[in-house]
Amino acid sequence: GRWSRAAAQQRLSEDDLIGAPAFGNLTLLHVTDIHAQLKPVYFREPAVNIGVGQAAGLPPHVTGADFLKLYRIEPGSPEAYALTAEDFAALAERYGKMGGLDRVATIVRRTRAERGDDNVLLLDGGDTWQGSFTANATKGADMIACMNLLKPDAMTGHWEFTYGADRVNEAKDALAFPFLGSNVFDAEWNEPAFEAWKMFERGGSKVAVIGQAFPYTPIANPRWLIPGWSFGIREEEVAKHVEEAKAEGADVVILLSHNGFDVDRAMASRVPGIDVILTGHTHDALPEPVKVGKTVLIASGSNGKFVSRLDLDIGKGELKDLRYRLIPVFSDVITPDGEMAAKIDEVRAPYAEQLGTVLGRTEGLLYRRGNFNGTWDDLICDALLSERDAEIALSPGFRWGTSLPAGNDITVEDLHNACAMTYPAAYRTKMSGDMLKTILEDVADNLFNADPYYQQGGDMVRVGGMGFAIDPTRAIGSRISDMVVLKTETPIEAARDYVVAGWASVNEGTEGPPIWDVVSDHLKANPVYTPTENRSVKLKP
Amino acid sequence: MATPKPRVKVPKKASAGEIITIKTLISHDMESGQRKGKDGNVIPRQIINKFTCEFNGMKVFECELDPAVAANPYFEFNAKVPESGTFKFTWVDDDGSIYTDEQKIAVN
Amino acid sequence: AMAGVAILARPAWATVEATDAAIGAFTGGKTPEPGKITLTAPEIAENGNSVPVTVEVDSPMTDGDYVASVTILADGNPNPEVATFHFTPLSGTAAATTRIRLAKTQNVVAIAKMSDGSTFSDRKEVKVTIGGCGG
Ligand SMILES: [Mn+2]
Ligand SMILES: [Mn+2]
Repeated sequence: GRWSRAAAQQRLSEDDLIGAPAFGNLTLLHVTDIHAQLKPVYFREPAVNIGVGQAAGLPPHVTGADFLKLYRIEPGSPEAYALTAEDFAALAERYGKMGGLDRVATIVRRTRAERGDDNVLLLDGGDTWQGSFTANATKGADMIACMNLLKPDAMTGHWEFTYGADRVNEAKDALAFPFLGSNVFDAEWNEPAFEAWKMFERGGSKVAVIGQAFPYTPIANPRWLIPGWSFGIREEEVAKHVEEAKAEGADVVILLSHNGFDVDRAMASRVPGIDVILTGHTHDALPEPVKVGKTVLIASGSNGKFVSRLDLDIGKGELKDLRYRLIPVFSDVITPDGEMAAKIDEVRAPYAEQLGTVLGRTEGLLYRRGNFNGTWDDLICDALLSERDAEIALSPGFRWGTSLPAGNDITVEDLHNACAMTYPAAYRTKMSGDMLKTILEDVADNLFNADPYYQQGGDMVRVGGMGFAIDPTRAIGSRISDMVVLKTETPIEAARDYVVAGWASVNEGTEGPPIWDVVSDHLKANPVYTPTENRSVKLKP
Repeated sequence: MATPKPRVKVPKKASAGEIITIKTLISHDMESGQRKGKDGNVIPRQIINKFTCEFNGMKVFECELDPAVAANPYFEFNAKVPESGTFKFTWVDDDGSIYTDEQKIAVN
Repeated sequence: AMAGVAILARPAWATVEATDAAIGAFTGGKTPEPGKITLTAPEIAENGNSVPVTVEVDSPMTDGDYVASVTILADGNPNPEVATFHFTPLSGTAAATTRIRLAKTQNVVAIAKMSDGSTFSDRKEVKVTIGGCGG
C-alpha cells in the first residue's frame, strides 16, 4: 500500500499513517479489545485460525502467506508485520512495538481537530479494562481514568464483567460515556439491565449505536461473579432496537459488537437494517471491510495495535458510501499525546517497581495467539506441571496476552500481560481420561461449531504433558482422538485418573495459588526459557 | 423448604382493551423426584404442578408444570384488560397446598 | 479451563421416540406443521438448571380463532414433558415465557394446538456446556 513504500524508504511518517482526505460527513473511529495495554506492545497475530462451516477459508480465517496474497501485501512490509505472523521476529526488530494509548490519543485528537468534534464518533468495543498488572491491581481504574480522557462516545464489554457486578455498576456510573448492552438482562425479572442503544447527532446526521456485550460472558467466564445478569445473543433484541432506532429517525445504524466475527457475519445476514458492525472479541485485524448484504463488517484488531477509521457519507435515512482505513499504530512513528502519556505515567507510577521486576529471560519468541498453542502457554503449562506436580496441564485458550521477542527479560509486567485476571487460582485435581476427552470435545465445539451462534470465540484449551489429534470439521464427540501421555507415549485411558493442574476455572471456590506465582516460582528455578516447537496437537484430516 | 412466596408484577393502570405483560415468580425447590439424597434414597417429587391467572373470575392463562420446570417457577404472559378489576394468581403444590396472590388494575 | 465437571448419575433418558409419542398424545396423533409458532431459547444455556424459553403463536386470539394450548417438550431429559400453557381470548396474545431444566444438550420442542384443532411446531437445540475460555 501507500505507506509500505514510504516505510521501505525509511521515512514512514505520522501523515502516512493517519492523514486522510476528507470524505463524507461523519468519521467513525473504532478501538476494541485493548486488554488494558496502555503502553506500546509486541503482538503477534495468529499463524493458525481455522474457520468452519460457511466461514471456512473466509477472512478472518486466512493467515500468513495466504493473508498477504489475499490483500496484496508485500512480505516484509509494515502491513505484513502488523497483520500476520509471517517473519514476525525479524520484522519486530525492524518496525518495533505497536499501540500505546497515548499514540491512540494522538490519532483521536488529530481526527477530531481535522474533522471537527461534532463530526466524529469514537466507539470502544470492550475488553478494555482487563489484561495487565495495573488493571488487575486497580480493578480497571487505570483504564477507566485513561479512557475518560480519550472520551469515547460509548462502549460495550466482556472481560469488564469479571470484576463482578458491584464493580461494574460502580465503574459504569462513573464513566463519562454510556456502557451499552442490548443483550444484558436482569436474570430474575428478565428486564433490560443496561442501556441498549443511543442516538447521536453527528455530522448533521442521526446515528444510532446499539451495544452488544459478549453473549457468552456467564459461560466463558465465571457466572458467580455476575449472578444477577443474563446475556445471550438475543438477535430478536438487536432487531427490535434497529427498528426502534429507525422509528426515531436514525439515518444510519451501527452495531458496536462484542459477538466475535463469525457471529457478527451470521447476525448481519439475519438481522436487516444494520449499516455497520464494528466487530470485536475474536481479535481479528482486517485491512478491508467484509460486506454481508448491505452490512459492512469492520475488524479492528486488539491490544491497541490498530484504530479503525470509517468516513461515512450519510444521506437522509441511508448510508450512501464509505471509505475505510485500518490505521496501524506504529509506536515509533506516531507521536504520543502529552496529556495521555502523563496520565498513563500517573496510573502506573505506584506499581513501577513491581512492573519492572525481572523474573527470567526468554531465548525465543513468547506469543499466545493461534488456535492450538503458543509459547506463552507452553511456559505456563511447564510451570503447572512442575510446580503443581501434575501429569497433565491445561491452560485456557485466551486470545489476549502480548508477545515478547527472544533475548528479552521476562518481567512481572510481561507475565501479567499473559495472565492478569480475577480468578487466577491454579487448581490441582484428578480427572479421568474420559473427562479430559469431554473437556477437549466441549471446548473444541465452542470454537469449531459449524453454526457460529454456538461459538464462544476463544482458542482451543492448551495442554501440557499430553497430546491429541483434532479434526475441526467433525461434530462434538468425534473431533478429538489419539489422546496420549507424552512422557510415556502411552494412550490416555478413559477410566484412569490423571493428576491435572490448570488455571482460570469458572467454578466458584476453586483453590490454588495464583497462576503468576506458579510461573514466577518456576522461573526462579529455571530462569532461562527456551521455547521449542509444540508438536502435541495434530491436525486432521 | 421455606414457605413458598409468590411475587407478581402487574401494571397499576391500563387503558381499556390494552394488552399488558404480567410476570410472576414463586420461591419453590421444584423437587423433581429424580434426585437421590445423602442416604441414597430418591427424594420424593414435590413440585408446583399448576399455575392459574384469572381476571375478575375469568381465566386468562393457565400452565400445567412438569418436574422439568426450573426451581422458583417464573411465568411471563400477556393479558387483555377490558375493565378495572383484580387479577388472581394461584399456584397448586403437589402436597395440596395452594398459594395465591391478587393485584388490582385500574382501567381509564 | 475448568476444574470439576458435575458428572450426573444418568437415569434412562427420554428419547426422540418418547418425545414423538408425547407430541402424538398432545396433537391426537397428528404431525404438527411448521409455522405460526416461534420458540425462542438461548443457543447455549448459561445454567442448565434454569433455561429461559419463550413461545409465541401468531393468532388473532378472538372467541372464534385462538390458540387453545401450547406444550413444551425436551428430548434429552429423563421425561420429555416440561410444561403446557393454556391461553384464552383474555390472554390478548398467545405468548409466554418460563424457565426450564435441561440435563444436557438437546432439542426443545414447542407445539401449538389451535381452536380449530390444527397444530404447529417449532424446535431449537440448546447446548449445555462446560464453558471456560474466551477472547
Ligand atoms: Mn478480547
Ligand atoms: Mn472478549
